[in-house]
Amino acid sequence: MKSIEEIMAIRDKMKAQISNRDNADDSTETRIVVGLATCGIAAGAVPVFNAFVEEVQKRNLENVRVVRSGCLGMCKLEPMVEVFVPGEEKVTYVYITPDKVKKIMDDHIEKGKVCSEFLIQEA
Amino acid sequence: MRELSLHFLDIITNSIKADAKNIRFYIIVKDNVLNMEIIDDGKGMSEEFLEKVVDPFKTTRTTRNIGMGIPLLKQAAEAAGGKFKIESTLGKGTTVKASFILKHIDRAPLGNLADALIPVISENFDFFMHYEVDGEIFIFDTKEIKKMLDGVPIDSQEILAYLNGYLADNIKNINGGKIL
Repeated sequence: MKSIEEIMAIRDKMKAQISNRDNADDSTETRIVVGLATCGIAAGAVPVFNAFVEEVQKRNLENVRVVRSGCLGMCKLEPMVEVFVPGEEKVTYVYITPDKVKKIMDDHIEKGKVCSEFLIQEA
Repeated sequence: MRELSLHFLDIITNSIKADAKNIRFYIIVKDNVLNMEIIDDGKGMSEEFLEKVVDPFKTTRTTRNIGMGIPLLKQAAEAAGGKFKIESTLGKGTTVKASFILKHIDRAPLGNLADALIPVISENFDFFMHYEVDGEIFIFDTKEIKKMLDGVPIDSQEILAYLNGYLADNIKNINGGKIL
């Protein structure tokens, strides 16, 4: 069973990373925003949020942050995810599931290629 | 919503939206009842708004007049033979209480509480959880964890990923084989 003391080792590792990043520009940070209002939660956004956290941690991506937001405005398209890459237009993905998270991480976050199949499609 | 954990997360996000700096979350399972309480020190509600808060067409949101979180929790509690109560003082905070008869056929499962709590762990406020099943208690207090982290953000991805496993292990341990 995990004990809270183990967090000290992670802290020490991260302190070294943080001091390396002290001179880095915050505007280089990519943000993955998951809608977690009632609509998003009911549609399955919690496992999506945690899948992104796990993937970012596994890939050791220091300049990527997963954050929660309120309602993103189109409840019927939840779970929705917005990706903000510095210097690029915001990309909004819809109907996201944990299975789709890996592809967004592989293609969009790591290679810069938008996953067009997860965008809002024309009727 | 399929799991009680998701209802609880939804109410905790209301506390965050109300600018709470301290959120206290209690789950106590005893004598065939699951009791849940969320206490925040956010901006609270006026008496007038509080009277209407269980109406799904009332919300603090200005974009549209729908607020489903509280009515859905009330419905889930009452469907499971339990009770729902909300108290609030403008400028002081809000307390939401709900109970559920554990063996009621219409009670939703508690679900994955660890997964549900990870999105609300933040540098911006403190979150305290008291989780108790048949007298066995697990306490999770981000104020204490932040002290241990000594400046490393609690909401960084490495820490959140670790805390998910930590919460899951300890909740499972307290459940002692019970599936809630």
